[in-house]
Amino acid sequence: MKHLIIGAGPAGVIAAETLRKSDPDAEIAIIGDEPEPPYSRMAIPYYLIENVDESGTYLRDPKAHFKAQNIEVVQQRVDKVDTGKKNVTLADGKTRDFDKLLIATGSHPISPPIPGLDLPQVHSCWTLEDARNIARLAQSGSNVVLIGAGFIGCIILEALVKRGVNLTVIETGNRMVPRMLDDKAGGLLESWCKQQGIGVHTSCSVESVTAADGDQVEVALSDGGNLSAALVITATGVKANLDLLDGTGIDTDFGVLVNKRMQSSDENVYAAGDVAQGVDFSTGNQEVQAIQPTATDHGRIAALNMAGKGDEHQGTLNMNVLDTVGLVSCSFGLWMGVDGGDSAELYNADEYQYINLQFDGETLVGASSVGKTQHIGVLRGLIESRIELGDWKQKLMADPTLIMDAYIACTQELGYA
Amino acid sequence: MQKSLHIDPGKCTGCLQCEMACSYEHTGTFNPSRSFIKVFTFHDEGRFAPYTCTQCDEAWCMRACPVDAISIDASTGAKVVSDDKCVGCKVCTIACPFGTINYAQTTGKVVKCDLCGGDPQCAAACPTDAITYIDADWTGYDRMMASAAKSLPSAETTAG
Repeated sequence: MKHLIIGAGPAGVIAAETLRKSDPDAEIAIIGDEPEPPYSRMAIPYYLIENVDESGTYLRDPKAHFKAQNIEVVQQRVDKVDTGKKNVTLADGKTRDFDKLLIATGSHPISPPIPGLDLPQVHSCWTLEDARNIARLAQSGSNVVLIGAGFIGCIILEALVKRGVNLTVIETGNRMVPRMLDDKAGGLLESWCKQQGIGVHTSCSVESVTAADGDQVEVALSDGGNLSAALVITATGVKANLDLLDGTGIDTDFGVLVNKRMQSSDENVYAAGDVAQGVDFSTGNQEVQAIQPTATDHGRIAALNMAGKGDEHQGTLNMNVLDTVGLVSCSFGLWMGVDGGDSAELYNADEYQYINLQFDGETLVGASSVGKTQHIGVLRGLIESRIELGDWKQKLMADPTLIMDAYIACTQELGYA
Repeated sequence: MQKSLHIDPGKCTGCLQCEMACSYEHTGTFNPSRSFIKVFTFHDEGRFAPYTCTQCDEAWCMRACPVDAISIDASTGAKVVSDDKCVGCKVCTIACPFGTINYAQTTGKVVKCDLCGGDPQCAAACPTDAITYIDADWTGYDRMMASAAKSLPSAETTAG
């Protein structure tokens, strides 16, 4: 059996390892087009903070791991996928055959149509190459403008602050991380950032970036403001890497449409991670999640099914955890709530503490929090288990911090029964 | 035979010796807030439930880790965090559906139960045998794992 994986991110690497366990005799190859060994974009903020060097971002020990697992890692771009002949063509013209193919090509950063984003002072923050450019230009005392206060924008704030730059963040939404946090939580992040000396403009967009004196650029804002900057970072979302599938006839939408086995409309082609549009646990719809836990779950489910040992999965839960200059926030599932559902919250703006729970009937379906680091994973447990909370719903409505107590009381035998 | 922590909440008196012992073993201080095992108190019913990582087979934390910082200790089966590799990204803390791997602001790393390398101090400190360290196939432990697993439908398909 020949398993071919396009993409050397977490989804591809987990898939390769799972395949090796499930199908010890198979030929397994990962093809990735970046020059570094397989690495994790999640670790880039910590590379920018200088907590780790580049090798600290590697998904596995590149010298020993893949060889020991008998997984071939090929550094090449794939130019073409031929599902009829069941082969792919690499940039060097060579072809590789497959029995099962996994598309784990990830996503790429997208930029809004703002004039001047092609200037050399403007960088996205996605690859290690981007991170090197940011590290080079984000010098102490320099002015930096960050376009977009989404997940990626927020997670690199700490690194930029620690580099001693004068930082201004521009967000078109009415709050920070609008696709992960509600008004109150986003508001807490904004006041926290301002307290750290970061300029934050919400409900504001960048109209243009133009070259100015020296190595500076001028950034014109929709609120009439004008900022001078040595570096402009764009963090305005990502889009699935689907170009490779043009002409294959494989069904795509925002990503590769896959069933509960991560299988595309072609039975020999699977997809996982940011490029896959798979079933969402909460809605039952096919959605692109583009998050690390989903990438690894996708990779594993796809691999088990490629090896003929898998099953249908229940859908992946959308969830995020974010550290914004030391303030930790997270959200899970339907954190905005459902029609007719109850909600509970605790909000203490002075202490930067927030927790919000969303119920559908007796079950928890979504949650978000700010300033909480203990036991937050149990929110996933409560949601994915679809536990009927019974009496504990009222207890959580009265005190939403009792999430761990509720989980234990509903799942464990407590004795004395 | 690999051993596992077995917790019998019915025997727990809420004395918190386990939290003290865990905290002392891992941080050198008697500070229950830094313990990896936590005793939950249900005042209405007069019950206590010590709770920590079950070293589950799914190893959600290990699988979600983007930098290979969590590995299995071959001798104990514990999933162990390498401080050298952990970057503090916290993805494992939302991936673990049991809430038993947590971020420690003091160190900038995540922390979890490591079975103290095979001599768990919580069990040693427990005066009532509410926490014991016993053969993993003991039926009570299976029951505990099953009750945790049944709560997670997605665990079944990804358990492989």
